[in-house]
Amino acid sequence: MTALTQPHVLSHLDELEAEAIHIIREIAAERERPVLLFSGGKDSIVLLRLAEKAFRPGKFPFPVMHVDTGHNFAEVVEYRDRRVAELGERLIVASVQESIDKGRAVEQTGPRASRNQLQTVTLLDAIQEHQFDAAMGGARRDEEKARAKERIFSFRDDFGQWNPRAQRPELWNLYNARIRKGEQIRVFPISNWTELDVWQYVARENLELPSIYFSHKREVFRRDNMLYAVSPYVERLPGEDPFEIDVRFRTVGDMTCTGGVESTASTIDQVVAEIAATRITERGETRADDRVSEAAMEDRKRVGYF
Amino acid sequence: MSAISDPISEEMMQAELLRLVTAGSVDDGKSTLIGRLLYDTKQILADQMEAIEETSQRRGDGYVNLALLTDGLRAEREQGITIDVAYRSFVTPRRRFQLADAPGHVQYTRNMVTGASTAHVAVILVDARNGVVEQTRRHSYIAAMLEIPHIVVAVNKMDLVDFSQERFAEIEADLRELADALGLHDMRAIPMSALRGDNVVEAGDGMPWWTGPTLLEHLETLDISADKNLEDRRFPVQWVIRPMADEFHDYRGYAGQVAGGVWRPGDEVVVLPSGRRSRVAAVETLDGELEAVAAPLSVTIRLEDDVDVGRGDMLADPDRAPIVARELTAKLCWMSERPLEGRATLGIKHTTRNVRAIVDELVSVVDITTLVDQPSPSKLELNDLAVVKLRLSEPLAVDTFSRNRATGAFILIDESTNETVGAGMILEAS
Repeated sequence: MTALTQPHVLSHLDELEAEAIHIIREIAAERERPVLLFSGGKDSIVLLRLAEKAFRPGKFPFPVMHVDTGHNFAEVVEYRDRRVAELGERLIVASVQESIDKGRAVEQTGPRASRNQLQTVTLLDAIQEHQFDAAMGGARRDEEKARAKERIFSFRDDFGQWNPRAQRPELWNLYNARIRKGEQIRVFPISNWTELDVWQYVARENLELPSIYFSHKREVFRRDNMLYAVSPYVERLPGEDPFEIDVRFRTVGDMTCTGGVESTASTIDQVVAEIAATRITERGETRADDRVSEAAMEDRKRVGYF
Repeated sequence: MSAISDPISEEMMQAELLRLVTAGSVDDGKSTLIGRLLYDTKQILADQMEAIEETSQRRGDGYVNLALLTDGLRAEREQGITIDVAYRSFVTPRRRFQLADAPGHVQYTRNMVTGASTAHVAVILVDARNGVVEQTRRHSYIAAMLEIPHIVVAVNKMDLVDFSQERFAEIEADLRELADALGLHDMRAIPMSALRGDNVVEAGDGMPWWTGPTLLEHLETLDISADKNLEDRRFPVQWVIRPMADEFHDYRGYAGQVAGGVWRPGDEVVVLPSGRRSRVAAVETLDGELEAVAAPLSVTIRLEDDVDVGRGDMLADPDRAPIVARELTAKLCWMSERPLEGRATLGIKHTTRNVRAIVDELVSVVDITTLVDQPSPSKLELNDLAVVKLRLSEPLAVDTFSRNRATGAFILIDESTNETVGAGMILEAS
């Protein structure tokens, strides 16, 4: 047994964990067909651990779903399959390639082509196919200004659209999960966590992360001041010559829009120390999709992006 | 992140979480104050700073407008107003802060109520030139209504009153009167200039006469652990864990978030509303069994007996049990554009239990400018603060809101639109 001499004095990680577990249990209890979205990134890895904390020794009362762009890092896909198998939970892979093959989505072309935006189509199709009425994701309010105003239970209409002006007030820990047929809820249990909280939690819980989070040698090229992994999915422009370097990634998005940073950090402590010293936000540093305009995220969310 | 040298040191991992809500209008310099807090605690990163410098220049602000850090949505930036509650975080070596930034205009009462519902501390902005005004009274009233344990009044724009100690003393005296009238136990004022930074994070050189803490020092040292209700054991059951696997054949765990008291193995338990009795066999999490837990931990409780317990039931101390109520008198913040009329039927969510309620009586509504109760309104409009009587379709195990914020609160839901239309705080139950 763990001795707690002062059970009322908790750390911020204890409080945030308790809040997130409560949210996950609420959505499982109040919706018929929830799903947990898993990208293989550190935030969704934290979400998986929180789901274990919410329901063990029982099974998760929902499947785990990955929207696979087909352009993911191989290390992340390997991690995904192994982790979900270890947990003994059910994995659904929704494939962007299939959306393209079916003519539901049109592949972009050229050197800056990315499947990042096509994910929205695949996600909405998968939600419809499986009749999910609530999708949990690992988004955080500190990622971006539009997210700072989004509720933990965020409602989407029949078109998957978010209306920032018509959000339900969210009071105490009383979440209203009622919806009409055809509507869905996006649920963000770690809304109130910061990137630092996530890293602290990964360290505290001793969670394994995909290897690309740590320094490794990789062939990269430089574009817009970011380092991109050389892959068959990204066409290089003249002058974008590949070179090998010690690199790690701060997020695990699609290879076409996820930049790495030069680093020799090979442990969580070293990675966190480096990040703490960085003076650029996570998305600003390594996500090309958010650099397009100041309101980029808000626009994508309105049309159903997670 | 921030200028924290060793983020996963023991000290940083153990930092307490403090939730605060800020209330005030654009004119009071609230956005600037928050920008200043974030900037001086070094939470603003290079790319964010570049973005606001660029925008400030484009708008012709003539200075780096820290207020831009918090104006999130495009509509807000275009109109220069804040339209919804924004949540943001910052961290110092002593504490992890979670800030709900609520707009202060009259029509946004519901936003402040939303942002304030989980707060340990409310920071209320006052313009030193104007002193205690109608809006200050309104914000203080809402803070008192929501039982926020600590109030800090940020007396801002001291630079515009020549940092006058006398002016600050006048405002302080008015605030004391207000605190007494509203029954606020911990309300303190701090003079500051968010624009210059005096007394926000650093003391600055504007007010050498001030010997009290800066805003951040005060927020870092407030004792919040004493605010919890550790006397009355309350545990709303959220989910029943029944693995049905061979190794856990007879396992039945009641999962939920502790809402009051300290729970230990061996504790006597009454299950409400049924009234059945048992004893706590174990309090556990994924990490094992615990000796004692308090709010707001999410845990699983196992009972010694195989009693019938499901979601929506409340486990409690039989010697200090909550009231099993069919009728509630409650303070209500009405949050819908559609007015509430007497006799309306609504969904009600209290802890993990969903029942229905009929509005038996609209007892009174507060005149938001004078804060005087007007009896027997014919209906309630958006942002009205009222006292109502409700009759419940099924019993709820409740406490008064002043006794326990978790078991004394409820939300009302319009069953035709599914909207959350009201926030309720229980005054009496029977």
